Amino acid sequence: MTEPRLLEVRKNVLKQNDTVARALRDRFRSAGVFVVSLVSSPGSGKTSFLEMTLTLMRSSYRVAALVGDLATENDAARLARSQAPVKQIITGTVCHLEAAMVEKALEGWDLEQLDFLFIENVGNLVCPSSYDLGEDLRLVLISVTEGEDKPLKYPTIFNSADVAVVTKIDLAKAVEFDWETSYRNIQAVRPGMEVLRASAKTGEGMPTYLELLEQRAQTRAKASV
Amino acid sequence: MWLQLKLEEGQILHELSIAMSIIEMAEEEAERRGGVRVNAIHLKLGDLSGVVEDALQSSYEMASYGSTLQGSRLLIEKVPVTVYCPRCCKQRQLESIQNFSCPECGVPTPEVIHGRELEVFALEISE
Repeated sequence: MTEPRLLEVRKNVLKQNDTVARALRDRFRSAGVFVVSLVSSPGSGKTSFLEMTLTLMRSSYRVAALVGDLATENDAARLARSQAPVKQIITGTVCHLEAAMVEKALEGWDLEQLDFLFIENVGNLVCPSSYDLGEDLRLVLISVTEGEDKPLKYPTIFNSADVAVVTKIDLAKAVEFDWETSYRNIQAVRPGMEVLRASAKTGEGMPTYLELLEQRAQTRAKASV
Repeated sequence: MWLQLKLEEGQILHELSIAMSIIEMAEEEAERRGGVRVNAIHLKLGDLSGVVEDALQSSYEMASYGSTLQGSRLLIEKVPVTVYCPRCCKQRQLESIQNFSCPECGVPTPEVIHGRELEVFALEISE
């Protein structure tokens, strides 16, 4: 047996996921569908927010959603009330979505028939941050009931996201939510990040958010030409 | 180890799947080199990789058990976050990932140069 020696490898551990994600992104672009993913902790109101989004957008756009959950199909059932096509991805024991799961869920879908596709990740602020899903825009949601320091506790996920949405703002007063502190904390971990406020219950803030989606989709469409 | 698993279930599961990918990579590489023995894996782990070092270390022990890598070591080199400061026009190392601003001049910057690494960069092998 020879002396141990060092062999240089230099391999990205998530290469497989990144390769699938890149292929998905190309597919989304050529089909002209704008893909938005949502990450948040459990109970931050992702599903209600997405249900409202689908309901509001359905009259003007062709929208659909994929929704990740550990075990149940409850979320898909709730989202289906919006009348948009919805498919559940049950991840089993896996705490996040991976690009391959998205790819598999989209088998048989004609992406050309869609303008917007939403992907709701598993409720978790840790694991989803490492996995690219091929999305154009990643939204991180925090509800006013979670307190203002979530961004400082989970800087990595905020850093992997493009836009933050503060949800359940109809409850802000009741829980004495401090908007300034929350905004400052988000900017500390992700300087320049756009921060929106919304309530899926009252609809407040939803028009601004929908405008942002439209704008981003247009910008991307121009960039792909 | 199992106790820890229960405490932070979500987190550990994520590290476990990553540990399994690392082992798979090392096994493939070892086979490609004619079945060399892997004594250690050198891994670069960025502070923004979303992976917790301790959790990965215990997941590695568990995932390598019964494989050709059983008993091998996972040597983790932490990579701090380096950003580009637009005012200093220099790369700067962050003091904390809770504060993305230049440690010298204080200007906020989102431009990450290093710190997202999750990379097997070398294997210590014996033939």
